[in-house]
Amino acid sequence: MNTAPPPTPTRTSPDQLSIPPDGRPYHDQPQWRNDFPIDWPQDEFVARRDFTKFLVLTSFAFVVGQLWIVVENFARKRKGLPPVKRIASAEAIPVGGSLVFSYPEPHDTCIVVRAGAQQYFAYNQKCTHLSCAVIPDLAHGRFHCPCHNGSFELRSGIPIAGPPRRPLERILVEIREGDLYATGREVRA
Amino acid sequence: MKRAMSRKQKTTIVYGILSIVVMMVVLQLWLLTATMNAFLAGQERVIIPAAVASIICFACNGGLLTYIYRMERR
Repeated sequence: MNTAPPPTPTRTSPDQLSIPPDGRPYHDQPQWRNDFPIDWPQDEFVARRDFTKFLVLTSFAFVVGQLWIVVENFARKRKGLPPVKRIASAEAIPVGGSLVFSYPEPHDTCIVVRAGAQQYFAYNQKCTHLSCAVIPDLAHGRFHCPCHNGSFELRSGIPIAGPPRRPLERILVEIREGDLYATGREVRA
Repeated sequence: MKRAMSRKQKTTIVYGILSIVVMMVVLQLWLLTATMNAFLAGQERVIIPAAVASIICFACNGGLLTYIYRMERR
């Protein structure tokens, strides 16, 4: 029977405040003992190192986001010009009235307002702030976003009040043989 | 022969690296929001340069993190 006493633990470095049970220095210890230290200075080092690691992971996430924008931009370019699409009969919208339609995809809701006999203004209905639907307010010559009280000028679509900073996406419209057609869209800065 | 760094010295270096990494991550956040804004406004010119800048920031961050791990093993 072995009755020899265990070796007396000793410090091997001034950095080593506590001594592992087997007395060996920390670089000979299993990895988990280094990753979960009990000494306050070592714990501070590991905590900052792991926080840096987390930030580098966040940095990677930002790179993924940037690359996603590149891919989306490429896909948008490949789509090319939107099609020409009939909205309604030009006379179906009374002066001062409006009509909601989809263009170019079914989920892209747009709105056309007839301000005068031959004056039609069409925009994507999504507010450029947080994508709420804008409502025409002809009495004040504007589109109003009820979510955050944003306003856009009726004739140009530029933001005039509230949080939006970008103008509404303009839909180009034409009258052809008495019918109103959407012929393109204009994304503006 | 190089003397091994003390724990205190290593912690100071980690703090320095952490500060640089924080600044670069904030820069990347700004780049991402600015690029998204430009993309939604139909401006395509900035998209590729911003992506390249973000990748460079990430490469620097990764290099600094690798340095921390190498330093720890010394």
